[in-house]
Amino acid sequence: MTNLPLASFFQDEDFITSCYIAAAILFIVGLRRLSHPTTARSGNWVAAVGMLIAIVATLLKDEITDYALIAAAVALGTLIGVPAARSVKMTAMPQMVALFNGVGGGAVALIAWVEFRHYQPSGSAGDQTQILAPTDVMIFLMFSTVVGAISFWGSNIAFGKLQEIVSGKPIKLPLQQVINALILLAILAGSVFLVADGPVDNEPIFIGVLVLASLLGVLMVLPIGGADMPVVISMLNAFTGLSAAAAGFTLDNTALIVAGTLVGASGTILTRLMSEAMNRSLANVLFAGFGSPAAIGPGADADGEAKSHRSTSPDDVAIQLAYASKVVIVPGYGMAVAQAQHAVRELTDELEKRGVDVDFAIHPVAGRMPGHMNVLLAEADVSYEKLKEMDEINSEFPQTDVSLVIGANDVTNPAARTDESSPIYGMPILDVDKSEAVIVIKRSMNPGFAGIDNELYYAENTSMLFSDAKSGVAEILSEVKELG
Amino acid sequence: MDLLTELTIFVLACFVGFEVISKVPNTLHTPLMSGTNAIHGIVILGGFIALATATDDTLGKVLAFIAIVFGTINVVGGFLVTDRMLEMFKARPRPKRAAEPEVETEKP
Repeated sequence: MTNLPLASFFQDEDFITSCYIAAAILFIVGLRRLSHPTTARSGNWVAAVGMLIAIVATLLKDEITDYALIAAAVALGTLIGVPAARSVKMTAMPQMVALFNGVGGGAVALIAWVEFRHYQPSGSAGDQTQILAPTDVMIFLMFSTVVGAISFWGSNIAFGKLQEIVSGKPIKLPLQQVINALILLAILAGSVFLVADGPVDNEPIFIGVLVLASLLGVLMVLPIGGADMPVVISMLNAFTGLSAAAAGFTLDNTALIVAGTLVGASGTILTRLMSEAMNRSLANVLFAGFGSPAAIGPGADADGEAKSHRSTSPDDVAIQLAYASKVVIVPGYGMAVAQAQHAVRELTDELEKRGVDVDFAIHPVAGRMPGHMNVLLAEADVSYEKLKEMDEINSEFPQTDVSLVIGANDVTNPAARTDESSPIYGMPILDVDKSEAVIVIKRSMNPGFAGIDNELYYAENTSMLFSDAKSGVAEILSEVKELG
Repeated sequence: MDLLTELTIFVLACFVGFEVISKVPNTLHTPLMSGTNAIHGIVILGGFIALATATDDTLGKVLAFIAIVFGTINVVGGFLVTDRMLEMFKARPRPKRAAEPEVETEKP
């Protein structure tokens, strides 16, 4: 086929590079559009078209011949990826993103391994020709191995935590930071050795570095509380981008360099924006072990004294809500896990029929990802205008009769305003405690994902309704209806 | 392509990446993260090339095969999940509920 002029035109490196340039433009335009609400959806597809162009162009390359194997791998990946992406519940989106990010990092580490083996003289029995690995290639190769492996395992742990396979609470080993630092040193030593000595006959050391990097990925994410996972996933996303760029240097592929770098850079900015939304620095997220030092057992004061809370019943809540003039609903992760958003919307409709003014207060990091609550409530057909952002709603709490907190915890904790020793001190919160009355629907007095006690629950104007968010709201709804 | 040219591309792409995400509303953080996540699925190209280099290396072929599977999951799943998230953001007037008749009689 190569003797046909047309075929050789398409296999020409310049043509392929031109396709890569087109793909790069589409990625940038796509990202630009993704950062504005009205154009976001089209932006995603613009980037996808860029990806398709880059993939097709690469398949045209001369050296790519094993189409059967590639087709099989792509088919298998599609068979796994499409149903997973289609069927995942809105509540499980963050962990799905973690998983997709993880496989990307895993792919980078595996590609680096294949490249490393490529430099082994023992490629086949008779063929002892040896290809020398230039130093710069080895540096990028080791970088993509280490960062790719960290991203893969870190993302899997993040997935496990959000899926509640692994405990969402910070898991700390003694001397955690020291152990991590030692592992990192060993990884660096191994990598430097491999760069200096070259890959030949050093595969066991390479595998050792790979294992250590995997271990570091696990140990880095384990001590971080579930509430911080979005920031961690965003960071690992930037990591995967950078490792992909490094793989691009190793493989001499500009599409990988451009796309990987774009993701690495924008992912870094995004990670910073996300931690700023929680008023924390990234270092604080990574190393503070949210909730461990100042965490106090549930129901106990700093000096161990038990604090009292007031519990209430659905019929009392129904009366309070039905005769209020202004109600603010504060949704959180509890609403998401219980899939209570439809019940919440029905309750809202019912209350509005009775002339109650109902608004929703959306904290920027409520749930497990920014925008989580907007997505869920939009899915349940709650109108967009009812969703008020934190800055807008906070001034309205003093005029609010009842704040109904549904499965939200840390974002309502007044300790963030008052208690300097609290790990969440300084985080902007929803000032629900300023409203006339607060009702909290919660399964138990157990602390939230951050692992810290919430003063709000012991406040005089707060009553607790111990229930699963969905059945709690459903019971309130039927009681409101009975009021007639 | 020589190293310096590639480094130039890298540095310029860094700046574009920083600039393009300058001001993003909170609600778009997650879809944007998911969208960039799909873009680094570009590693699938690396999988193709790795498979081509692992000519006589069975283990290498297996590793490259898994890398392509992983890369495909990353690309396909990533774009689809992002689209599903953004689908929820579409602005829609709600004439349906506004037109809903008040069936229940209200008592104060």
